[in-house]
Amino acid sequence: MTQKTMSSLQRVLTSLSHKEPDRVPFFLLTTMHGAKELGISIEQYFSQARNVVEGQLRMREKYRHDCYYSFFYAPIEVEAWGGEVLFYDDGPPNSGAPIIRNAENIKHLTPPKIEETPCLLKVLEATRLLKNEVGDDAPIIGVAMSPYSLPVMQMGFDNYIELMLDQPDLFAQLMKVNEAFCIAWSNAQLEAGATAICYFDPVSSTTITPREMYLKTGFNVARQTLAQIKGPTATHMASGRCLPIVEDLANTGTAIIGVSVLEDLAELKSACRGKLTVLGNLNGIEMRRWTLEQAESKVKDAIARAGSGGGFILSDNHGEIPWQVSDEILMAISEAVHKWGKYPLTWLEDHG
Amino acid sequence: MIKKFVNEFEQALLKLDRLTARRVSVEASRHFTAAKFVEKVVTPALERIGLGWEDGSVALSQVYMSGRISEEVVDALLPPSAPERTDQPRMAIAVFEDHHMLGKRIVYTMLRASGFELLDYGHVEMEGLIHRVKDDDVRVLLLSTLMLPSALRIKEVRRRLGDDIKIIVGGAPFRFDDELWVEVGADAMGKSGAEAVGIITRIAGDIS
Repeated sequence: MTQKTMSSLQRVLTSLSHKEPDRVPFFLLTTMHGAKELGISIEQYFSQARNVVEGQLRMREKYRHDCYYSFFYAPIEVEAWGGEVLFYDDGPPNSGAPIIRNAENIKHLTPPKIEETPCLLKVLEATRLLKNEVGDDAPIIGVAMSPYSLPVMQMGFDNYIELMLDQPDLFAQLMKVNEAFCIAWSNAQLEAGATAICYFDPVSSTTITPREMYLKTGFNVARQTLAQIKGPTATHMASGRCLPIVEDLANTGTAIIGVSVLEDLAELKSACRGKLTVLGNLNGIEMRRWTLEQAESKVKDAIARAGSGGGFILSDNHGEIPWQVSDEILMAISEAVHKWGKYPLTWLEDHG
Repeated sequence: MIKKFVNEFEQALLKLDRLTARRVSVEASRHFTAAKFVEKVVTPALERIGLGWEDGSVALSQVYMSGRISEEVVDALLPPSAPERTDQPRMAIAVFEDHHMLGKRIVYTMLRASGFELLDYGHVEMEGLIHRVKDDDVRVLLLSTLMLPSALRIKEVRRRLGDDIKIIVGGAPFRFDDELWVEVGADAMGKSGAEAVGIITRIAGDIS
């Protein structure tokens, strides 16, 4: 049986409706690799929207994956709130010292105005330029940090955990301010041309928060926030575990979950079947030292575990491929998806 | 009786129940010395919580708060200047090249809760770290990293410090790649604060 080749957008939408498209959709979530393509430093690359657009266009042409990723770097939101961003030659920009030094500061915290914040305007410009270039051929994935996870960068993880447990009023106030920002920021990206928003929420993963506490905190924050984002959302656990909260995540209104290599993909797929699309879960850290054969075998194994019936997008498990992963490995991953990801997955009968 | 105390203490920690944790320590101190309580009750309870973190049944926020509560309990029983804390090689802990302090704080509190004393360097960059380790005559250095490039640069820390100093590493990149700690020339890698306690106990024994 053969199927007509679909556009990337059709492929992704078919899989999201829990049906099998022509092949397994594949999101290669590369950011910094665009700088390699353009032969410039990571800092220079992210200094202009046009660079990111050019990098995304070149990478999709090269690796034939199924999305554009308008994400620049995680601390861009902290930069918007007045925080410092530290650039490196060989890795993603990182957040500097926390902007909330004292929990009492939360009482006077106000979200940045998007239209007056240069770093956010740069992302919006990149999104608009990408949309003009590619139209509806492939989805453009925008990113917003969840209001519940952003405080890790705003005030430091340890201070945030203690705030959550010991100062519920200030925690509620922080969530209120962050929710307002996350909704405005997500909707601005959708208006600029993003197809969907990847809602990064590692603090909600059971790696960080026990389910009982999640239900009182991150779950409500996600439900309220996602309901006001005017487009589809994918919740990404950024390497954190989520199997015990799959039902809860589905109830937040998200369509996709980005899952961890720490959990079994077949079990995740089974728990999500018909409710959520699974995005994952190649190990980006290990990927750095894979051989070409290992890359093919890892892709094949992931497809075997989660590919059947749609509802699956192959990707890494963190939402960002490390700079140290070579182009050869990325190419091997891409070739393996094109070789083993064609539906129907008849080879699975022999695979056992 | 020890088993009962360990169970009660562990449950109190997982529920973030400071009052019960203190009550267990007061009750136990009627039967054991402070050092014995740390060794037989606090450390095993934290070890079990650490194993729970590794198998996914315990969350990081619980691990962190368990360490904090245990540290408070142990500080009350065994002040920083207590002679039981002093018989150990000079140790320091630091976050290497970023500002994400949680992992380091977990290991720091777990080690202190287990009766060890160590210097806390907070956030450090390469040059500052090398100087401080040499100036302080540190014998065991614990480094926590969140980002892969920082983890890879520990190879340079090893080269600059030589082989006489024990380097123990931890943090997300090491959890996701079991071979990374060997590649960067570390002496050991801890996946949890509790594992770090086991490693330090072994290394401290070897050195002394």
